[in-house]
Amino acid sequence: MVTIPVSHGLLLAGLLFILGLLGVMVRRNIVFILLSLEVMFNGAGLAFVVAGSRWGQADGQIMFMFLLAMAAAEVSVGLALVFHLYHRGHTLDADAISKMKG
Amino acid sequence: MNAIFYISAAIAVSSTALAISRLNAVHALLYLIVSLLAVAQIFFILGAPFAAALEVIVYAGAIMVLFVFVIMMLNLGPPAIDTERRWLTPGMWIGPGLLSAILMAQLVFVIAETSAYPSGYHEVGSHAVGLALFGPYVLGVELASMLLLAGLVGAYHLARHDFRKRDKGDA
Repeated sequence: MVTIPVSHGLLLAGLLFILGLLGVMVRRNIVFILLSLEVMFNGAGLAFVVAGSRWGQADGQIMFMFLLAMAAAEVSVGLALVFHLYHRGHTLDADAISKMKG
Repeated sequence: MNAIFYISAAIAVSSTALAISRLNAVHALLYLIVSLLAVAQIFFILGAPFAAALEVIVYAGAIMVLFVFVIMMLNLGPPAIDTERRWLTPGMWIGPGLLSAILMAQLVFVIAETSAYPSGYHEVGSHAVGLALFGPYVLGVELASMLLLAGLVGAYHLARHDFRKRDKGDA
């Protein structure tokens, strides 16, 4: 018998989201920024699934699947950009991109 | 059963914290995979087995493999073998291995104890999800497919541009 309060599930989702946000803000390696973005997506998805299971509806899981598709599209383009950036400047430092023109 | 949720939650938070604080990308990936597996277990406990399966297959499987590909591609050449040897020292596996062993023990416990299947929350199986996905949400499926196509074309274009420039020798 599972009797977890919804607030605890949402708290965990918020905690994961905050950890991801912290990673995005603190880390300067662009691969780590993308990883932290994945953590944030994961926290949001957890919130969807927790809310969906609270009401016994499938909508939460469907939103999670859309989020999964979006994360996959985001990460493919993001990693292609990382690859591009590395071959242009031989660096993975996000601050190096601020020197781009236009 | 509540204990399983809290243990998985603790594993998810601690392995995520370890993942974002690693200096080495491959070590961070190892911890992040453990975090995703812990979240998948939480999905299962909450009565969302389909989301749990997708989390393992798509997130921990496909997306993390993409990350590994790119990290390994960024350092090609003879020094890369030494680098990888330094990255994957036996001691490095202890942390993620221990955390995933706890997850494995929980999973075996849940499966062995058939009466322990989630009952507090309603279980929403893949049947209900599929019916809703291709019923009221069919427009969202089409939009997701277009987004994935855009991602595919974008990734292909960026990577191809890079190789063409390198062949000319000005990259």
